Amino acid sequence: MISNSNVIGLLYLVTIVCFILALRFLSSPKHARKGNWVGGVGMLIAIATTLLLDGIGNWALMVPGIAIGSAVGLVGARRVRMTAMPQMVALFNGVGGGAAALVALAEFHNLAPEPGRIAGDEAVSIVLSALIGSISFAGSLVAFAKLQELIGGRPIVFPGQNIFNSLIVLGAAGFGIAAIVGAQEQWVLIVLILLALLFGVMFVLPIGGADMPVVISLLNAFTGIAASATGFVLSNTVLIVSGMLVGASGTLLTMMMAKAMNRSVSNVLFGAFGQVQTGTGTARAADDGRTVRATTAQDVAVQLSFARKVIVVPGYGLAVAQAQHDVRQLADLLEEKGVDVKYAIHPVAGRMPGHMNVLLAEANVPYDQLKEMDEINSEFPQTDVALVIGANDVVNPAARSDTTSPIYGMPILDVDKAASVVVMKRSMAPGFAGIDNELFLEPQTTMLFGNAKDSVVKLIAAVKET
Amino acid sequence: MSNLPLVIELTILALAIFLGFEVISKVPTMLHTPLMSGTNFIHGIVIVGAIIVLGYADDTFTRIVGFVALVLAAANVVGGWFVTDRMLEMFKRRPEPRREDKTER
Repeated sequence: MISNSNVIGLLYLVTIVCFILALRFLSSPKHARKGNWVGGVGMLIAIATTLLLDGIGNWALMVPGIAIGSAVGLVGARRVRMTAMPQMVALFNGVGGGAAALVALAEFHNLAPEPGRIAGDEAVSIVLSALIGSISFAGSLVAFAKLQELIGGRPIVFPGQNIFNSLIVLGAAGFGIAAIVGAQEQWVLIVLILLALLFGVMFVLPIGGADMPVVISLLNAFTGIAASATGFVLSNTVLIVSGMLVGASGTLLTMMMAKAMNRSVSNVLFGAFGQVQTGTGTARAADDGRTVRATTAQDVAVQLSFARKVIVVPGYGLAVAQAQHDVRQLADLLEEKGVDVKYAIHPVAGRMPGHMNVLLAEANVPYDQLKEMDEINSEFPQTDVALVIGANDVVNPAARSDTTSPIYGMPILDVDKAASVVVMKRSMAPGFAGIDNELFLEPQTTMLFGNAKDSVVKLIAAVKET
Repeated sequence: MSNLPLVIELTILALAIFLGFEVISKVPTMLHTPLMSGTNFIHGIVIVGAIIVLGYADDTFTRIVGFVALVLAAANVVGGWFVTDRMLEMFKRRPEPRREDKTER
């Protein structure tokens, strides 16, 4: 049993260093996996140290608790498909936040048998941990439900929503302050947690599917901050530092995602973006008589086979159709024919930061073939065919030119500068931003309608014949 | 663990924030999904809190709350780690020789 606080502190310090190294190793895909192992060792040290603390008991619950949780986590992690990764991350955010809130609740219960016994700073930490952890828990579950399509991905809004939400926030704040200044009855904290859970639900419901990268990053930050707050409650450095590392990471990602959409974080969270409908695209089409031109797999196959340079632009449609392996196969075929194939990845393509990279990596696409937006945009003018697979808003030229468009100013992939553009799409339905795409009307654009996987399979067959 | 003065804890917190921003800003966009699941794993450190709560619990309420917290946190740790490992395993470079002569075409 460890009772020397210096030894404990040192062991926790080793964990902290391991976590920092794990994040440092993530700066290159070459060492990233090693980093995860280092982080794993750090976690084991922290868990072992804590289990060996003087006076730790309740083993009859401890062992099954760890076993059940580990089994659930392991099975979930093994089973999840790479396309479902955003849901999985949302779920893990949620359980982490829930655990933090429960730890705060238990500490509150332990420390406050009589009202007024908790010191001010400890009470603040307990309230913050319970509040943020609960918001993260409920919000993550809603995000999970949306991504898993248990509920509609479209924003859910109702009249008076802002007033309703404001009331919840005011209520939660009121109970929080009450718990801090001395009303340390257990029901006060429980009501606070219930209000925070309700707020978590209300806060994610109105956010549309395309904005999920921002929401998931934010919930990630929330859980980290909640864990850090429990560190203050328990006076535990490893919790304070590790939680805050995650808090910083989530915050940074949130800001990067919002920037990649040229919107403020608050606009994403409170704008109910998918509600915006503009008719400009269709109206203009009627004006100048331009129409969408459909094409066939055979035509596209010929175009691709005789191209020198092809850039594939994957979007969420590729993920939904699970077409990543077929796309790789198509790219391999083209490369055998001497075509230069690259992939252009928009920062917010997919439903979480970096989602497309993971999917293509799963299909064994080498990561040096995946290009970021800034790197590849200058190459589109020298590109023969830009093959857009299930992406929409991230290639919409309205973002550059149409000041009335809701996505105006968002950095996009300049596919319209390629000699020809083939858009593979299920139908003419607009993307998640709910706006029309003028790219489809450009003279160099042709549309290949159908499920992305079916279309790519047809393309592979057709390319083999050419 | 000994109780540190609040000011020291806040100092540690502030340094962790800046360190976090510094380290994370070096992660390429390509690895943002593994970064998220990796940090997911790291916030599983809340398991330390859950173990402390359950380990010192002496009434039914705390035992129940601590137990549920422990199950959630353990799922977070184990799931987060394995998902991250699975993903990072997939990131591979192009096998070297094939490529070079083609770009020179």
